[in-house]
Parts: sequence; C-alpha cells; structure tokens
Amino acid sequence: MLKLDALTKDFATRAVDQVSLEFAPGQVHALLGANGAGKSTLCKMIAGLIQPSQGSMLLDGKKYSPDSKRQAQSAGVQIVHQELNVLATLTLAENLFLSNLPNRWGILSRRTMHRRACEILSDFGLGDLDPHALASSLGVGQQQLLEIAANTWQPTQVLILDEPTAALSNRESQRLFEKIHLWKHQGVAILYISHRLAEVQALADRISILRDGKLQGTWSRGELQECDIVSQMTNPSKSMAPISSTLRPSPAVSTRQALRVEQLWLSPKVQEVSFSLRAGEILGVAGLVGSGRTELLRAIFGADRASGGSLQVADKPACKPFRNPNEAVRSGLVMISEDRKADGLLLTESIAANIQLPMLDRTGLGRFALTQARQARCLAETYCRDLAIRCDSSNQSVGTLSGGNQQKVVLAKWLERDGAVFLMDEPTRGIDVAARELVYEVIRNLAKAGKGILVVSSDLEELIGLCDSIGVMSNGRWTTSFSGPNYEPQAILEAMFAGYSPP
Amino acid sequence: MKDNAVSSNRPIQQTLATYGGLLVAILVLLGFFGVFAKNFLTTTTLLTMANSIPDITVLAVGMTLVLIAGGIDLSVGSVLALSACFLGWLMVDLKLPLWLASLGAIALGACCGGLNGWISSAFRIPAFIVTLGMLEIARGSAYWITDSNTKYVGSSLGWFSDPIAPLGVSASFLIAAAVVLAGQWLLHQTVLGRLAIAIGTNAESVRMAGIRTTAPMVTLYAICGGLCGLAGMMQSARLSTVDPNSGAGMELSAIAACVIGGTSLRGGQGSVVRTFFGVLVISILQTGLAQLGATDPIKRIVTGGVIILSVLLDSLRKQSAIR
Repeated sequence: MLKLDALTKDFATRAVDQVSLEFAPGQVHALLGANGAGKSTLCKMIAGLIQPSQGSMLLDGKKYSPDSKRQAQSAGVQIVHQELNVLATLTLAENLFLSNLPNRWGILSRRTMHRRACEILSDFGLGDLDPHALASSLGVGQQQLLEIAANTWQPTQVLILDEPTAALSNRESQRLFEKIHLWKHQGVAILYISHRLAEVQALADRISILRDGKLQGTWSRGELQECDIVSQMTNPSKSMAPISSTLRPSPAVSTRQALRVEQLWLSPKVQEVSFSLRAGEILGVAGLVGSGRTELLRAIFGADRASGGSLQVADKPACKPFRNPNEAVRSGLVMISEDRKADGLLLTESIAANIQLPMLDRTGLGRFALTQARQARCLAETYCRDLAIRCDSSNQSVGTLSGGNQQKVVLAKWLERDGAVFLMDEPTRGIDVAARELVYEVIRNLAKAGKGILVVSSDLEELIGLCDSIGVMSNGRWTTSFSGPNYEPQAILEAMFAGYSPP
Repeated sequence: MKDNAVSSNRPIQQTLATYGGLLVAILVLLGFFGVFAKNFLTTTTLLTMANSIPDITVLAVGMTLVLIAGGIDLSVGSVLALSACFLGWLMVDLKLPLWLASLGAIALGACCGGLNGWISSAFRIPAFIVTLGMLEIARGSAYWITDSNTKYVGSSLGWFSDPIAPLGVSASFLIAAAVVLAGQWLLHQTVLGRLAIAIGTNAESVRMAGIRTTAPMVTLYAICGGLCGLAGMMQSARLSTVDPNSGAGMELSAIAACVIGGTSLRGGQGSVVRTFFGVLVISILQTGLAQLGATDPIKRIVTGGVIILSVLLDSLRKQSAIR
C-alpha cells in the first residue's frame, strides 16, 4: 500500500539513509531503533512534515510526495505525535473536531458535535467524560487518548503512532490495543513506534529496525527475541574502544565528592533519583529520549523546581534542591544546556558579550558596575584562540557562527565562570567531528582539574568512550550504573529499555 | 439557548467563580461611592454613566476578541478617529444619507483592522508593531481628511445618543449591550470564536492540526476594526462633531478593561461579558472619584492602581486554584 523507495534525508549528517520499506494494509509494522536512528525523521517524511532529500514514496501505486501535513492527511496518512497537542482551553469535543468543526454557516452545531463526540469518546473508553468539559480537566493519559482519537476518527489508510503508550496507564493501553486490532481489520496500515519492546512483540506483525539511519532488516512476528532486537540496534562493527587514547583512563578520579543527589524527584519525569559524582569523575547518563535525562539535569540546576530530594555540592552540608539557576551557579554548578540556540546563547550578541554574561555578577569585571568592553574582548580573544573558535573577531555575533563554534562559545562562557560541577546536556549535538574532539578534550581537562562532570548524551558510543562510569535513566528512574572502562553496550541498551517493561 | 451546553451544564458555583469576583468588586465600588459621594446612587448619575460608555465598551469587545486569539490591536483609538472623520466627510461634504455614511465608516474601520490582521498573520510580523504602524497611519489620515479641523455634523446623528424617553438610556447603549452579547455568542457558538481561543492557546498546535490561521485572524481583526467604526459613530453622535483628535489613548483604556475582566494578554483566555464588567469598573471609578472631587491626576493614579491590583488578584487566585 505505502512503499518507500530509497528514502534519504540529510541534515548536518545523514539522518535517514536509503530506506526502502513496504507497509501492507491491515498490518502493524513496528519501527525500532536506538536514539537518533532516524525513526522520527522517517515518520515525519511520510507524514509530510519534512521533505526527503532523495528517494520517493508510492501510495496505492501512485506517486506520493506530500509537502504539508494537510496534503498527507487528504491522501489518508495520519500521524499522532508523541508531544501532546491538546488545546487545554477548548472542550473535548472541540479538540476532537478542531480541523473540521461541525457548523451551519459558521455557527457551531453543538448538538451534532456532542453526539458524535460521545460516540468517539466511548470508543476510546472515555465514555464517562463530558464532551463539553474543558480538556484541561483531563489527566495526561486521557489527553493522549483524546489526541489519538482526534487524529483517527476520520478514515485513514496509513496511521503513524509515535510512542502512543508513553503516557498511558495499563488499562488505557489495553483500550488502545483493542482499537489497533479494529483498525487492522478495517485494513489500515499502522506504523508503530515504541520503546516498550514487550508491547511491540505482542502487537506487531512485522518489525523493522533502523540503526544510524540505515535499515537493518525487517522481520515477521516471532522471528526475533527481545535480546535479538537490542543487539540489532547496537552496532557491533564499530569499535567500542575509548574515543581517543588520551581520554582514558582517569587517574584524577578521587574519593572526594563533587555532587551528591539524594532522592531527587520532579514529577512525573524524574522519580527518586540518587547518585553521587566524585571530583575528577566523568559520569555519563544514558537513556532513551524522554527517559527524564534532561529533566534530571534541569532539576539539579534549578531550571525546573524539583518537588523533593536533597543535593550536596562538594563538602558543603546537604541542602534542598535549588530553586533557580542563580542559586545553583553560586553554589558552584554550571550547566551546558541541550538547546544552545534556545537557552545557551544570546544569538544576536557578540562572542565577547556571551562569554561575559555569566560573569556579570562578579566583582572585578565591572568597576562602578560598568562592564568593561576591552577586558571582555581580551577574554574572548583568548578563548577564541584556545578553543579554536573560527570567527572574524570577538565582536562577531554568535548567531553567524557554525554549530560547532557556537558550542565552543557556550563552553568558553562556563569555563570562564568556572564551578565545581559541570552539567552537560548533549554537549556534542549537531557539531562536526573536529569540534567534537575539542569538546572531549575540554571535558577531559576539566576532569583532570578535579571537576565533577555529568554528561547526558544520546550517543552511547560517545558515553562509552568518554565516561569513567555510566548511569542509566529509564522511564524516569535511575535504574543501573556501570563502571568503565570495559562496558557492555548491549547491557546498557537493555537497561535503557528496562524501565518500560511491565513489572 | 437550549443547546448551549457549556453554560447550561455549568453549575451555579462555576458561573459565580467566573463572574462573582467582578460583580463583588462592582458592588463594593457602588457601595463605597454611594456612601461617600453625595448623589452618586441616583438615577441621573447612573444613566449618565451608562450613556457615556458605549464607545469604550464596543472598542473593548473588539479588543477582547483580538487578545484572546493571541494578538493585540493598538490602533483602535486612531481607527475610531479615522472612521468618525470619514463619516463626517461622507455626511457633510458628500451629503450621503446617514445609513450609507455609517456603513462606509464601519467598512473603513473593518478594512484597517483586516489589514492589521493580514499583515501580522500572513507575514508573521508581531501584531504589536503592525498595529503601532496603523495607529500612526490612521491618525495621520484622520488629520488629512479633516484638514486637522473639528467638523460639526449636526443633529442627524443625535437620535443615536439621546436618551430614549421611557428607558433613560440611549440607542448607543442598547447597541453596545447587543454587541457585548453578540461578542460572547461569537466566542462560544461559532467556529471563528473557537478557533480564536485555539489559536490564542497554541497557534502551533492549530497549525499542526492542518488548519490555516490567516483567515480567522483577518476576520477577527476586521471585526475589531469595524467595531472601532461603530464606536466612532457613537462618539460623534454624543459630541455632534467629528474630531481627528478623538479616541487618543482609548486603546489603553480598552486593554485595561479587558485585563480587569481577566483576559490574558498571552491569548487563549478571556470573556467578552467580563470585559464589559471591566469597563463598568473603570467607569464607576472615574465617575465616583469625580463626584468625590478628585482631580484628574488622582483619578489616573487610582485607576492605574486598580488595573494592577485586579490582575494581581486574578493571578493569585489562579495560582491557588492550581495548588
């Protein structure tokens, strides 16, 4: 029914590489892969949200190349995103029919809407809800079901479900599975993405596995055990040796404690996480996207306010979690955030101004509270040299730099501020190989200087090469820790999936 | 309205929660001025007050619709003046009949509003900037077509603002009240109204649902502009003149009324009826303070304080509701 032919998408790197697949009507086709394997990119191309760089698609034998979600919808291809798009200020019924509100001359036909909404809602086990209640009154799971319902009440040919059960309780999931069986009987081709391998095994007629953007193969139900799936997702050919010999091992790790986290809790993404980080240690945090890694860092840094737990920085007494980043920075924590464009940099400002930013509250830089432009420029020039930031001058605005150089500016800014603990969220995301090596070197030098470093990364190989030990976040919990230097990637990957299995 | 299940299913408590706070505030103000100002709680004062608010009420209704959809319209005061001057020109210079001239004035206002909506929505330029530009353009045009002179339009508009004998309120007031009801109806019972709330809540989600947002935004701004034209008529009728200086600063009074009524400047939340209560709060304050002998500076200081206080209370109430 839907046929992909050598579909390819290039971003900075190749995200999807020559994937050819066929989806048959009445079948559930699961798409699996570790972080960054290209699952979502592939789905977005099918749903018309992004356009492929190369390759083509056929739908019912006809050429299919949607350039918007609207077009994909009218061709009968629907996607249910993982992120919730429910509008809290509208009623359930209005959310269901948003793209097509029943009306006569622009005036809502509330009675029709009510009746049809009741039918659809009870179909999804939400029959006890009032269709005229506001969507804000629903729990997360109910919102997720509502979102699925809103995208599926119209007849579709191809339905893409991206992590539909992530927010659902067991009962709600069961309800969804019943619906999936019904759609199968109606001849819908279903593309199913999930972290929950047991669920996939039970539902999927066929399983395709992606790794580094390439299709590893397609199997029928029962051909693969869970451990086979995981080993297909990991890359045995690539060497799992340390990224560079100078990066290992770490003699600087001391017994001195840099950061201790006790029972940190930020509902619902971080649940009672405890660990400790020693001075000079590089501790990696592995986990699937959405497992609570970023939320953990943000909670430690006070960017989001934790609901409970305690923190202990260096040898200071244990304290409550920080209420804001200012407290965290003053206690000696710095954080390199995941999205440098959104919250890491002032894009329209100069390199010098960006590096100076965290220093503005320090005395010495400003005399009579005036910032000193010349001093800031000197500082920036030193960093441009040390970190090989490619730029015309330190006055160049950061937005005009390449991703790798931007990331170096972020590093420079926090290196200048300095701290006892460095929290790094995806420090090498979207940057080139040379910049990546430099980031590793900086991290390594920080460790040598006795800092504690917590690195979150989606790239397991990176963590294995870089870290003295690796902790795994799965479904909001810190499930296991591994210590280096000899890691078993498959064991780590299994641990990453572990939290999603039914108890 | 039987099929209006939103309100008919709503228990009384919820209606009270929605309107209660503002009603109490209005009663407290009335009581306060009733005790301390002589002649405040008299039919004459109250009717005078009622007949002085139609123009700001109508403006504030339009503003509410735009704010709910996540926009803002700073040009309402200027567009009011432009429409009024255009009305004067049509009536005095072209000698058009009243109904045709009124239609022209409202249409001109709607065009200005529609242009605001189209530019800000289709080209993704912040509405603040687009409407700030329109504020200048409309004001300049108003001076231009009147040669910066106030123009006497005579008594042909008088019936609009003269009190109707048995009621004591003017036709303007009745029309403004009808506009409030129509605005609330539009918000709850029409596709446009629901889309306004949806876009104001999360425009990206609406786009992801495969809906184009330009058309509804243009319509909302055009309604707002058309209401400016109507307000311009009401003001001209009350003053028997058209004045290119009229309506200056009214955009801020209109926003103030919306905000006191609990409309969120971030979009997605608000109610036309509550905006009307916001207008009442401001107008009671102004009239009452004047009767107490307060000077204009004092009136402005107190009004400013009340705006901040009302939003503060609203935000505290919402926070406690979450906990």
